[in-house]
Amino acid sequence: MGELQSAPALLLLEDGTLFRGKAAGKIGTTGGEICFNTGMTGYQEIFTDPSYFGQLLVTTNAHIGNYGTKKTETESHSIKIAGLICKNFTWQYSRQRADESIQDYFEEEGLVGISDVDTRALVRHIRSKGAMNAIISSEILDVEALKQKLKEVPDMNGLELASKVSTKEVYTMGDPHASLRIAVLDYGVKRNILECFAERGCYLKVFPAKTELKTLKEFVPHGYFLSNGPGDPAPMDYAVNTIKSILEEDHPVFGICLGHQLLARAVDLPTYKMHHGHRGINHPVKNLVNGKCEITSQNHGFGVDHEVIKKNSDKVTITHVNLNDDTIEGIQIVGKKAFSVQYHPEASPGPHDARYLFDEFIRLMKNEPS
Amino acid sequence: MPKDNSIKSVLIIGSGPIIIGQACEFDYSGTQASRSLREEGIEVTLINSNPATIMTDPVTADNIYLLPLTVESIIQILEERQIDAVLPTMGGQTALNLTIEAGNQGVWEKYKVKMIGVDLDAIELTENREAFRQHMIDIGLDVAPSHIANSFLEGKEAAQKIGYPLVIRPSYTLGGTGGSFVHKADEFDAALRRGLDLSPTHEVLVEKAVLGWKEFELELLRDDNDNVVIICTVENVDPMGIHTGDSITVAPAMTLSDTAYQDMRNQAIQAMRSLGNFAGGCNIQFAQNPETEKLIVIEINPRVSRSSALASKATGYPIAKIATKLAIGYTLDELKNQITKTTSAYFEPTLDYVIVKMPRWNFAKFLGSDHQLGLQMKSVGEVMAIGRNFLEALQKACQSLENNRMGLGADKKEWIRTADVLERMEKPSDDRIFRIKDALRLGVPAKTIHKLTRIDPWFINQIKQLVSMEQHLMRYNVAEDIPDDFLRSLKEVGYSDAQIAWLLRITEKEVTNHRKQVGIRRTYKMVDTCAAEFEAQTPYFYSTFDKENESIPTTGKKKVLVLGSGPNRIGQGIEFDYCCVHGLLAAKEVGYEAIMVNCNPETVSTDFDIADKLYFEPVFWEHLEEILDLEKPDGVIVQLGGQTALKLAEEFHKRGIKIFGTSYTNMDLAEDRGAFSDLLKELGIPYPHYGVAEDTDAALRIAKEVSYPVLVRPSYVLGGQRMRIVINDEELERHVLTIFKHMPDNKVLIDQFLERAKEAEIDAICDGDEVHIMGIMEHIEPAGVHSGDSAAVLPTYSLSVEAISKMVEYAEKLAKALDIRGLINIQFAIKGDQVYVIEANPRASRTTPFIAKAYKVPYLQIATKVMLGTHKLKDFDIKPQPSGFAIKVPVFSFDKFPNVDKNLGPEMKSTGESIRFIKDLSDPFFRKLDRDRNMYLTR
Repeated sequence: MGELQSAPALLLLEDGTLFRGKAAGKIGTTGGEICFNTGMTGYQEIFTDPSYFGQLLVTTNAHIGNYGTKKTETESHSIKIAGLICKNFTWQYSRQRADESIQDYFEEEGLVGISDVDTRALVRHIRSKGAMNAIISSEILDVEALKQKLKEVPDMNGLELASKVSTKEVYTMGDPHASLRIAVLDYGVKRNILECFAERGCYLKVFPAKTELKTLKEFVPHGYFLSNGPGDPAPMDYAVNTIKSILEEDHPVFGICLGHQLLARAVDLPTYKMHHGHRGINHPVKNLVNGKCEITSQNHGFGVDHEVIKKNSDKVTITHVNLNDDTIEGIQIVGKKAFSVQYHPEASPGPHDARYLFDEFIRLMKNEPS
Repeated sequence: MPKDNSIKSVLIIGSGPIIIGQACEFDYSGTQASRSLREEGIEVTLINSNPATIMTDPVTADNIYLLPLTVESIIQILEERQIDAVLPTMGGQTALNLTIEAGNQGVWEKYKVKMIGVDLDAIELTENREAFRQHMIDIGLDVAPSHIANSFLEGKEAAQKIGYPLVIRPSYTLGGTGGSFVHKADEFDAALRRGLDLSPTHEVLVEKAVLGWKEFELELLRDDNDNVVIICTVENVDPMGIHTGDSITVAPAMTLSDTAYQDMRNQAIQAMRSLGNFAGGCNIQFAQNPETEKLIVIEINPRVSRSSALASKATGYPIAKIATKLAIGYTLDELKNQITKTTSAYFEPTLDYVIVKMPRWNFAKFLGSDHQLGLQMKSVGEVMAIGRNFLEALQKACQSLENNRMGLGADKKEWIRTADVLERMEKPSDDRIFRIKDALRLGVPAKTIHKLTRIDPWFINQIKQLVSMEQHLMRYNVAEDIPDDFLRSLKEVGYSDAQIAWLLRITEKEVTNHRKQVGIRRTYKMVDTCAAEFEAQTPYFYSTFDKENESIPTTGKKKVLVLGSGPNRIGQGIEFDYCCVHGLLAAKEVGYEAIMVNCNPETVSTDFDIADKLYFEPVFWEHLEEILDLEKPDGVIVQLGGQTALKLAEEFHKRGIKIFGTSYTNMDLAEDRGAFSDLLKELGIPYPHYGVAEDTDAALRIAKEVSYPVLVRPSYVLGGQRMRIVINDEELERHVLTIFKHMPDNKVLIDQFLERAKEAEIDAICDGDEVHIMGIMEHIEPAGVHSGDSAAVLPTYSLSVEAISKMVEYAEKLAKALDIRGLINIQFAIKGDQVYVIEANPRASRTTPFIAKAYKVPYLQIATKVMLGTHKLKDFDIKPQPSGFAIKVPVFSFDKFPNVDKNLGPEMKSTGESIRFIKDLSDPFFRKLDRDRNMYLTR
């Protein structure tokens, strides 16, 4: 639908598929790997989630922008997606507590987007062809020129991105006098993960991705948290090595998303690039420990290989599985107080069903029975 | 937890006759439940007194009891059959009340029947307003401040404490009956008295009014393992103050941030988990303060409800079907998503389209009724529309209503006086959404409209976009001038060609031709529960103007398109859904691909697995034409969708599209009063004198000719709208003038009124050679009362053998003369030995399902096969199984319209019907009806 006076824009996929639409946000050109998220709420949280760094995001919800944007409903200090592809980009918003419209927000943040795209056709395309690179432009309207530009977009496979979004400086959060201290390895951590810990009375120190155990230990933490983040875990040897050394300590370890993949790699289990990933806030997960189910928020394009995991029950126990495709959603390292989940228990956006995991980690740190 | 194998036989309780607030959505849920149980090898017994339902058909259940919904009936069933469990959550409040009553009398215990899918304590808790309020407070959720009152004095005290505006809600009533807003102290006494009177427990809740807060509804499912999912979130466009059933609603929620939504989701789950431990569906309503985003819980229904039917159609997730599986012990993670067939049923559907539900009112039928909307539901039906954006869905909903609107305005029905429009902002009625558009067009600021209506500015601003697009469009003179991109934008926001034509003052044909020429065509998208993340197996489609078309027509198979009847309204309701379901099943059986088109979310015929393919679209010409262009079916069936489908026959005929069954020319002959009378004359069949008038003078002249009393009505209306019996010139003049005022361009029919005549009707099937009389029904009420409002007895009980044989003779003559292929309904008036034909309807009628049920013959299936031409009547061995008499009893919803004229007359007022079997004429139920007949005669 879009506004009457929008400028034209193009979306070109690596396989040559072309979509025409209208410019949304800043006029410009942007490339990245294309992925889709099926959530119906929480667009701003998604845009600012560091795990989306370098990706062109397709939102499947019919309207984007209806409730504007709000400074406090972000997962990091800036927009992390590389570009937005949507159906109806709604400039006029309604929410008394909002700060500004999505258009103003995008212009301030310099984000390029495209609207009026048949996003459903696009999702069906990605579903069958898999994730691939793409480019959006509202300034280069010549398809050949855009093709050249698309070649410059790096391949996500084997791409290390965590260190690009990780904090450069160490910072703390929560009550310094709290009885529990958590050392957070920031590979692109979402603000709400930290808040879930802080709310539960923990004191956090957030370290840059490449921090070594020696430095972490100076904080005398009760537990270590391995954060979510963007990119492929395969080239992240620095992180795997640190985690290996953490595992040698007898402290509780909790990993989310990329942190989950890195934990698996730390016990020498492989990760792989998925066909088109899981991104949305309606993914069904079953907790195999207590038999209960939870609706989860997910955002990952890589996963832990479930065939290999099943053969390595001496190293890891599967704690959670995805009810749609049986993929691994949670593991526990055998003989260690280390566990991780592929999805996002902090949600934001998404259901809060899995927030009990933060409590479990705290119980583990307190050495209480779960 | 797997299925409970101790349950081998289940009783499902239906919701009875259609009344306002409890309509055919419960036929939909009951039918799904029954099919869901039979899939598991469980024997299903069904009780419902409503004969027009598909749930009480042998295709749905194993044992059917068309009995009054009473404890006695339940005992009768339990005496006759081994029932292991009862599922009371599929039949609305009626079924629950009956279950509770039977429980109180110890019936379930005595017959060792287990109650499944429900927790009676939870029901009691949610129905008892004070207990519910206290419970919510106890679990830490907010509710509106309120006090309970059992007496007038207590009510007054409560009002004093709470202050105005406030709400009075009687306990244990349905659809908000008896509830009202009180803005000022002097209105309070009357409202309180009415509320106390209408509550069966003489109890009301006096509550602080949260007028203007935003209103949301969540549909939840919970299993035995306490897993809970939210199937759908619905936002009401009309904020707090208007009953949800009367609100325009939209899904998904349009103006909720994730933080606000998750807060609501958490509270909903917490509330549901706090209510006992039943497995099944639940609906929760919240009000949200738009300023602080604080929530209060309004109401919880721990059962399948009207909104769960809507949510099922809106998302594709069959709530009743899954809720039933949960009731017999399955957990959600053990079940598959019914649409994708590969992923889990434990998930939350996600939409990549927008749903708009719009209520359908029938105020014209309730003369003297208060048209203002409020706490009490007044609509009689609803439509659902699907689009790729809000405006498209909204305009498609308007096109679905069958109110002669072409969309949201731009169709010469607009109001032009700002003062009138503003008045309607404050006093909402059935046309408020149209008036908002008018107001914006007249330059009223969006802010003012928000202030008056409290509708969220987002919706108002969306509508405002339409106004600016129209202003832009009006710069052009002919269709060819409109730039292609702009024309596409107009179509994308739902404009029909007719609206564009009206704005340019050109013909619709010019717009359509040009549009097709530049290649702007509808594409079809699938409703798949998952926004295309997974491949879906279910052919459930809606149209839009996006790039990719997903509906790929099959080739090499014969195809038939079945037209549904649109929204329920008085005179056209659930009976046509029953007809369509059978039509679809019969067409499939004889090798056709059966394609369904309808826009009524309460129907079984639009369930995802009844037709081979479903287009959830307005039964509106432009939409149909595009489906026809794409599918190229062998023909269409118009006899099963009531007058809605029938009136489209002309368009099909004009475009050379085959109509299965009776030809258009012959159907038109039956509908055209003049030509039909000529035919009757030719056949030597008596008919009442009549005349057609185009002005008042002619009307007076004709009335003199046919002699008073006369029956006056506009031609081409449904359910006898504006039909009156008048006895002198004065009355005639007054009535004819109102017809011309309200229905310009219409003619007036004046019929001789056969005083003290009896009325009777025949439904028949004809295959061109042979006529089969399905049944002859005699009305208990005399001529003058609309046939839909009359109690009809099958077979006749007082008519002479001579009169009956004349009726049969005339029916056969007429069916043959009209070359009927399929169904025909003929109405007669009988005075002495003289039999007059009043009218003939060349289609399925209100009584067809009734006869099929009473005689246990699948008449609709037979008729469909005759229409399709695959069978002749001689191919069937039709063996009616009459037992005594069957009486069709009309049911009214007058309690919703306290001031309405309850006298019956030529204009139909009943909303539903029930069936009653009697052994003989000494039955007290019949005797009473027959006695009441005299009341009409003495009036």
